Amino acid sequence: MVDPSKLSISTSPYLHDKASTPRIMWEVVYTLLPVFVVAFYYFGLSALLVSMSAIGGCLLTEWAISRPKTQGSTLGDGSALITGLLLALTLPPGFPLWMAFLGGVIAIGMGKAIWGGLGQNTFNPALVGRAFLQAAFPTAITTWELPNGHYWMPRGTNLALPFFQGHPIDAISAATPLSRMKFDHAPTDLFDLLLGNTSGSLGETCGLLLALAGLYLAWRRLINWRIPVSILLTVALFSAVFYAMDPLRYPSPPFMLLAGGLLLGAVYMATDLVTSPLTPKGAWIFGIGIGFLVVLIRIWGGLPEGVMYAILLMNAVAPLINRFTKTRVYGHS
Amino acid sequence: MSGTTLTGPLLTFRHGVHPEEYKELSCHRPIERMPFVEEYTLPLSQHIGAPAKAVVREGQYVRRGELIAEPVGFVSVGLHAPVDGTVTAIGLFDHPNGQMLPAIRIKTDPFSNQRFIPQPPIPPEQIPVADFISAVQRAGIVGLGGAAFPSHVKFSIPEGRQCRYLMMNGCECEPFLTCDHRVMVEFADELIDGTGILQHFIGAEKIYIAIEANKPDAVAILREKAAHSPMPIEVVPLQVKYPQGAEKMMITAILGEEVPSGKLPLDVGVLVSNVGTIVALSQYFRQGMPLIERVLTVTGPAVRRPTNVLVPLGTPMRAVVDFCGGITEDAVRILLGGPMMGMVQKSLDVPVVKGISGILALTDEEVQDITTYNCIRCGRCLEACPLFLNPARMGLLARKGLWEEMEELNVLDCFECAACSYVCPSGIPLVQSFRVGKAMIREKKAREK
Repeated sequence: MVDPSKLSISTSPYLHDKASTPRIMWEVVYTLLPVFVVAFYYFGLSALLVSMSAIGGCLLTEWAISRPKTQGSTLGDGSALITGLLLALTLPPGFPLWMAFLGGVIAIGMGKAIWGGLGQNTFNPALVGRAFLQAAFPTAITTWELPNGHYWMPRGTNLALPFFQGHPIDAISAATPLSRMKFDHAPTDLFDLLLGNTSGSLGETCGLLLALAGLYLAWRRLINWRIPVSILLTVALFSAVFYAMDPLRYPSPPFMLLAGGLLLGAVYMATDLVTSPLTPKGAWIFGIGIGFLVVLIRIWGGLPEGVMYAILLMNAVAPLINRFTKTRVYGHS
Repeated sequence: MSGTTLTGPLLTFRHGVHPEEYKELSCHRPIERMPFVEEYTLPLSQHIGAPAKAVVREGQYVRRGELIAEPVGFVSVGLHAPVDGTVTAIGLFDHPNGQMLPAIRIKTDPFSNQRFIPQPPIPPEQIPVADFISAVQRAGIVGLGGAAFPSHVKFSIPEGRQCRYLMMNGCECEPFLTCDHRVMVEFADELIDGTGILQHFIGAEKIYIAIEANKPDAVAILREKAAHSPMPIEVVPLQVKYPQGAEKMMITAILGEEVPSGKLPLDVGVLVSNVGTIVALSQYFRQGMPLIERVLTVTGPAVRRPTNVLVPLGTPMRAVVDFCGGITEDAVRILLGGPMMGMVQKSLDVPVVKGISGILALTDEEVQDITTYNCIRCGRCLEACPLFLNPARMGLLARKGLWEEMEELNVLDCFECAACSYVCPSGIPLVQSFRVGKAMIREKKAREK
């Protein structure tokens, strides 16, 4: 007979689904690996260096902040790694490494830790880091590189010393498809956008891969499928209205969908569980809001790209959306 | 599987979860009768409502099936001796719910052959409804699915109401449990007979026997019996999903209709009963045998010989478990009922009571200690909740003690199926916090009155 002292008491249920928060986080990390392989394929060593710096900044900050208050640290839950990976994907390949590192520190420190850690933050931490870098280093973060080229050479100002912008090692900088469209009305070949053979941030160029990642994440129920679907539908429909009015002046819907950070944002950033609404109805409102803001900023704003600010603005509204989109409860009409 | 038609889309409700079933441990084991033991302890409170009142004295000799405690008021039922023997004590004893409660202790007569003497059958056609109701009450019949709600209260259709659909609940959606499954297979005739008795008094248009599709043998047998019955019986296989056996979920699955909040199934013209309860009804009306024994499943990876056992009420659980080979050293939890809604036990020195459908012994293989994280708002609990509640938000409110806000989110509708806690990747004890919230809200309401 069993020794009663080995029996423990707890409340029901006594079975639990295998999914745990760290498992969810790590599975998202695995889906990001192919995106990194493609970034490495196009931008070479620089992709690796910039990513390591951003991730390093995130992990070190998470470790330093969580260590005193928990046994061990919260690195194991994988969420700091995701923040680092996502931040890296939004940075240009030739970005100074020290800035990428600083971005990581800000992302975790200001984006997550000061709110109270995992699950407590209002804004997507990776985008908080990105927004800080955009405000602090507007030139460095808008200096783009063409893909391919010197594979094993650090690009642009990768190796600039801290607090120096540095000089580009070579001068092959290039405008992104969105800025070419915005300022020169010059569209980019859609096929290149699909495969990623264009200039841009590390993780945003290959539309096809991001779309596949999105499908996988939705199938595995790691993201709320309503968010990317509502964002992409809104952007497509809203920009189609403009395109129908003046096809020469305004970008086509396929271009709007594939260029810039829209797919990266829709699949990986807006779907951040913590900072997006809980309810199905809320997810639709959230996604439609982001879609509208993206088109507004891209077409009328001063910046060529608006995905980051669109998501951050809607992050701010998410708690309100949660509060006002009540679920219809069984047995209530 | 067998030759039944369980293919094609099966009826079900929206949301819910799919825990591992673990039913293969015991679902093919025929019901075994538990031998009589030396002593029985019968708590006077084995049902929802007022405890029964003892009508025997210490030292009195009682016969198997004899009334030993009578109902007090309407929401209360009788209690009967499970063996021939002598009443040795009437006093406070350990109850499976953790309290010390009044109970009658009977020492088994070692010289009795313990044969139940059948009583003349009660022909349903010859008694009025009122007599039927009081007979069910006296027979001590309660819902054997776990709630132990007095059946005669449920069977009393108020003036002006009509029961259009009678639903026999054989879903048994809790993992591990197989007693209803075995009862349907081995007591199919009694089930159909009991259904007929109830139908005679209730007069429903249609009778459904709802069974989760993981019991194809039960579906096949009951379909065959139903085909030979003059009653309008339909055996409905339902999708295997937890909590399919919850009254509301079953009604929605079959009729596509929701039971309004705060109302009973009867408000949508439905009466639901567990299949074991209906078998007990038949046994009382045909043989005069009141509820003195029940089938329960003793199972789990830490049970040496998982078995479905027919156990006299009042048998010490230790004896039942020993009959099933005992519990292995690696047991970490012993439960009464299923793993989703059951109740943990620290000791086996409590008696079997009417509402216990199973004794489970689990190892740390099944019961994982879950690390708790903050809510990451993944929304899995929203997709699990069969009532479309917002468990994540209610959980956050509970942490802050905002009971009124929880009430606004309809926490009082929650029937504690625990699907939300089951899926929560952050290991948040959601359903437990709702139990607390509901208690706080009810307490506040009681104070205001």
